Amino acid sequence: MSTLHSKADMRLGLIATLAVAAFLVGPVILSILAGLTRNYFVGLSSGLTLRWVEQVWTLYADTIWRSIAVAVSTLIVCTLVGVPAAWVLTLYRGRAARALEELLTLPVAVPGLASALALIVSWGTLPGFRSSTAFIVIGHVLFTLPFMVRATRASMAGAGLAALDEAAATLGASRMRRFLTVVAPNAAPGILTGALTVLTLSIGEFNLTWLLHTPLTKTLPVGLADSYASMRLEVASAYTLVFLLMLMPLLVGLQWLAKAAARPRGGDAPNDDTP
Amino acid sequence: MSRRGWLLFAAPAAALFLAFWLLPMAGLALAGARPVDGQSAYLAVLGSPRYWRSLFNTAALSLGATLATLLVALPVGRFLAWRRDFPGRRALVAMLMFPLAFPGVVVGFLIILLAGRQGVLGTVTQWLTGEPWVFAYSMGGLFLGYLYFSLPRAIGVVSAAAEQIDASLLEAARTLGAPAWRRFLDIELPALAPALIGAGAMSFATSMGAFGTVFTLATRIDVLPMTIYNEFTNYANIPVAAALSIVLGLVTWVVLYVAHSLAGSRAGAGA
Repeated sequence: MSTLHSKADMRLGLIATLAVAAFLVGPVILSILAGLTRNYFVGLSSGLTLRWVEQVWTLYADTIWRSIAVAVSTLIVCTLVGVPAAWVLTLYRGRAARALEELLTLPVAVPGLASALALIVSWGTLPGFRSSTAFIVIGHVLFTLPFMVRATRASMAGAGLAALDEAAATLGASRMRRFLTVVAPNAAPGILTGALTVLTLSIGEFNLTWLLHTPLTKTLPVGLADSYASMRLEVASAYTLVFLLMLMPLLVGLQWLAKAAARPRGGDAPNDDTP
Repeated sequence: MSRRGWLLFAAPAAALFLAFWLLPMAGLALAGARPVDGQSAYLAVLGSPRYWRSLFNTAALSLGATLATLLVALPVGRFLAWRRDFPGRRALVAMLMFPLAFPGVVVGFLIILLAGRQGVLGTVTQWLTGEPWVFAYSMGGLFLGYLYFSLPRAIGVVSAAAEQIDASLLEAARTLGAPAWRRFLDIELPALAPALIGAGAMSFATSMGAFGTVFTLATRIDVLPMTIYNEFTNYANIPVAAALSIVLGLVTWVVLYVAHSLAGSRAGAGA
């Protein structure tokens, strides 16, 4: 149907797409197989086993739990701080608001290594703080906050929320009440998207965390780096597999939300899509 | 004016940012001005060929990876935009986007599985030529790693932009007798330019600051993030690490800023 694009163009596109898919997915499949194979050197013929996954659990379970705790704490702070900020940035489109928004995204633009060093230089001497998990959470909040703000703002902008809020104000509702009962519920899809993004980024964050962690506050990616450097390939692969399994539900959720957002508003009628 | 009262709601975010990023960054900039061997660390860094080489390596590698990313993302993005409906398309797109969430360390490990000592490429070439081809632990491996984490985002951006191209323009050009390459150069490429600039800047900035991938592949590779890390941990040379971080941060930010305004003005001109 589309003779608009030459046959050669189409063929090049198809070949490039398949090649890229192989390049991106191939190593992941290798990693999954290596994590489940008895001996990667020998190959699949040595048989499948869950032994490596068990070993990962005994060696690194604490990093997995800590990563979950850090991600959830990061999410709580990001929600408490980011959703109100997103509302302010929706209402004000002046120069100061633009500047604040630009500033908030700086920790994403500037390499994590620099942000981490800055945190250590300024706050690292505070006793108790440097060696606590809170130190890592602060780093993660800086890095993930812009994503929460952006996603939340996207769903606040479209909903005619400002008018709704003014109507509630004329009825005498206090600001806090309006925020909690009118603004936040209407922004729920955006907040949810932001929340899943924050969790995904926090669970995988390494650049900041590597400098911020201490031997007692290792997170999953820190443990991964450790296993890549010092464990046999099968264990490192099994650990990577555990990480991918943790990521999976978050990514599937994000995709599902993106699809729901693409539908017109109020399209909650049962559809053919299976999550 | 009743809106004024809302301003307080942004205060927690502003305070958090000020206390834990802006002021610490200023502190870091000052730490970089502290003297090392009798001169400010900035001067020591700018006067040393070693750090210049590190910066040059990083910039050249990032630029190369960015160009390669765009070159590959262009046909893939166009293909996905033209073919919006074929069996397995959703799964294919999901596969292409999945690596977006991988941290640099994991990307490094995947490159090792591909081109490392026990990697597939090594096994295949050993079998074919008797000599294993292993390049994961060098600049070549790093280049592949940068390509790996830049491609998904670039493909997403380019295909979204390609979907927006008005097919009637292409139709009209064809009716007027323009061959495929002219239609590509005169219609598609200008329309895709903002997306390409944006994706390129993103890829470049991420590559410049990427630490996890180098860290997994080889701590000997001479790129700036690794140099900063070594100065900080191995030599406890905080002024130099700070000065280098500020330089790296500035370079990255400037590239993103320029690309942003460039893409913005392009988009404005096109509209």
